[in-house]
Amino acid sequence: MSIFVNKDTKVLVQGITGNEGSFHTRQCISYGTRIVAGVTPGKGGQKMDDVPVFNTVAGAVKETGAGASLIFVPPPFGADAIMEAADAGVSLIVAITEGIPILDMVKVKNFLSTKKCRLIGPNCPGIITPEECKIGIMPGMIHKKGHVGVVSRSGTLTYEVVDQLTKNGMGQSTCIGIGGDPVNGTNFIDVLSAFEADPDTHGMVMVGEIGGSAEEDAAAYIKAHVTKPVVGFIAGLTAPPGRRMGHAGAIISGSSGTGEAKIKAFKENGIHVCENLGRIGQICKEVF
Amino acid sequence: MKIHEYQAKQLFAQYQVPVPDGRPAFTVAEAVAGAEALGGYPVVVKAQIHAGGRGKGGGVKLAHSPEEVETLATQMLGMTLVTHQTGPDGRIVKKLFIEAGQQIAKELYLSLLMDRATATVVIMASQDGGMDIEEVAAKTPERIIKVYVDPLMGIQGYQLRQVGFGLDLPKAAMKGFSSLLANLYQFFVASDCSLVEINPLILTADDQVMALDAKVDFDSNALFRHKDLLELRDLDEEDPMEVEASSYNLNYINLDGNVGNIVNGAGLAMATMDIIKNAGASPANFMDVGGGASAEQVENAFRIILADPKVKAVLINIFGGILRCDVFAKGVVEAAKKTGVTVPVVVRMEGTNVEEGRQILADSDLNLTSASDLADAAEKIAAAVN
Repeated sequence: MSIFVNKDTKVLVQGITGNEGSFHTRQCISYGTRIVAGVTPGKGGQKMDDVPVFNTVAGAVKETGAGASLIFVPPPFGADAIMEAADAGVSLIVAITEGIPILDMVKVKNFLSTKKCRLIGPNCPGIITPEECKIGIMPGMIHKKGHVGVVSRSGTLTYEVVDQLTKNGMGQSTCIGIGGDPVNGTNFIDVLSAFEADPDTHGMVMVGEIGGSAEEDAAAYIKAHVTKPVVGFIAGLTAPPGRRMGHAGAIISGSSGTGEAKIKAFKENGIHVCENLGRIGQICKEVF
Repeated sequence: MKIHEYQAKQLFAQYQVPVPDGRPAFTVAEAVAGAEALGGYPVVVKAQIHAGGRGKGGGVKLAHSPEEVETLATQMLGMTLVTHQTGPDGRIVKKLFIEAGQQIAKELYLSLLMDRATATVVIMASQDGGMDIEEVAAKTPERIIKVYVDPLMGIQGYQLRQVGFGLDLPKAAMKGFSSLLANLYQFFVASDCSLVEINPLILTADDQVMALDAKVDFDSNALFRHKDLLELRDLDEEDPMEVEASSYNLNYINLDGNVGNIVNGAGLAMATMDIIKNAGASPANFMDVGGGASAEQVENAFRIILADPKVKAVLINIFGGILRCDVFAKGVVEAAKKTGVTVPVVVRMEGTNVEEGRQILADSDLNLTSASDLADAAEKIAAAVN
């Protein structure tokens, strides 16, 4: 088993005819993902390789029965694309787009609260259930089927963690990047609770970073509701306050959002803290 | 993107948020002329830098005559202002703001910011104006009023009253305050602000409310739809190396250590800085070349790092996903050829096309040390600088 996606998930790609959209669509297809449709307004009726392209998400869903969407549209149109997918009845929306204005995301969050769907991202690498379904931009070959669930705010940092897990003989049930923006869809707690409920996930790795209080909230949740072992890592302990560290959400504001506070919360709530990224694979091996 | 107080107040005025009369001045003569134009003394001479705490640092002073304005402006222009927000190096003052003095009956605090957890705009207000709000929040949280506004609904009348009565304003000031807050909210959402802070907001002797200070930060991701605001960017307030990096779409922050580093992805870049620190050295920068960097971007990134005189060694840490290791390696070789490499460089690459990437570096005749994994990279970089 796995969470949110598996080999039966039918996926459409919004922005499929763009550079990034077409490149990653091909990567996903070669990984085995069932990409059934693409959407680019004005290019309906065309094909991207063998994938039929539609003008609207509603049209694509009606024709193909897609239940998930992968979004590559440029940031000014990102919020609109997410809302279009939600309105068309797509139940899982994965938004890769980086740079969507925060006020747009606030409106999206409000809009989604009236719909039955899950948003992953934006500004994220996506979600992968190894050897079944990859909806995102992560390199597929580093993943291996197994029993560790991975959730992270980052992209390449997640690949590093997954690579070390695989090299240490630990496969993954599902890996999810929830994104580096301050306002996003699925949060740590949503993923942790799904991993807890998934019989095939035996342990979890949670990769956080400076900014906000999502890690602290998740740590409290873990203490109260998670019985499986959790290994935690926080990036940005050396980051200066008041500066945005690449991700829009990675900023220490005054005394809030520091790495120290997050590590303290991890330790106080029974999470196994990895303080040296180079050893995270080894630590997971010891804990799991 | 931050702007100066005088720019923020010009925007406030456009939104009918009351501010004292004031004039920006870039020279001593402009400062004196500005003070005279205000039509009376005292006036306040205020240094304009992108950092708070200016008053305590000697950047805000009262003047009672044109001569005094001249003396103060001469002192302030060109001075290095150090506040708790500038760091020990401080900032050089290049601009002043000359403002009409006010009769202050009470100092209040008011701010609007995006609240990540609730995805709303939160209004924070307190009767303890003029103080560090974090200190108020820590010591006397009951003295802070918080009201959450749903941006789909906009700000409601009852919320304006909640803040106004919470601040215990006199009845005569209530109407003026409600209009100020409603207008400030309009400005916040219309301009895609991430923070608007007025500290202090003042109540005058004749029951007017007015923004005596103004701090505004915009959501950089939204600036594509605010070309007018983009013109307010002051490059003098930014690190020249950071300005150059941003022109190549590189995420770069200049720090004070001696190990330069180039990484793809923000999370891994932060973690790499931490690894450098763990190994007993210290990072000279944060540099995220992004997920899909071109060879040209990589070349520019490497060149910027190598040009930094405090860099004694460079750690390159790449996990190739979208950014392929061969593309990255080509960029490194190009930059090294053009700039010349005089410091030790440790390279750790993994992921897409890693074999091709390693081959390109091996064939280049460059003096690079390759690391097998992160732990190895940390050891090698520490050995290089210690």
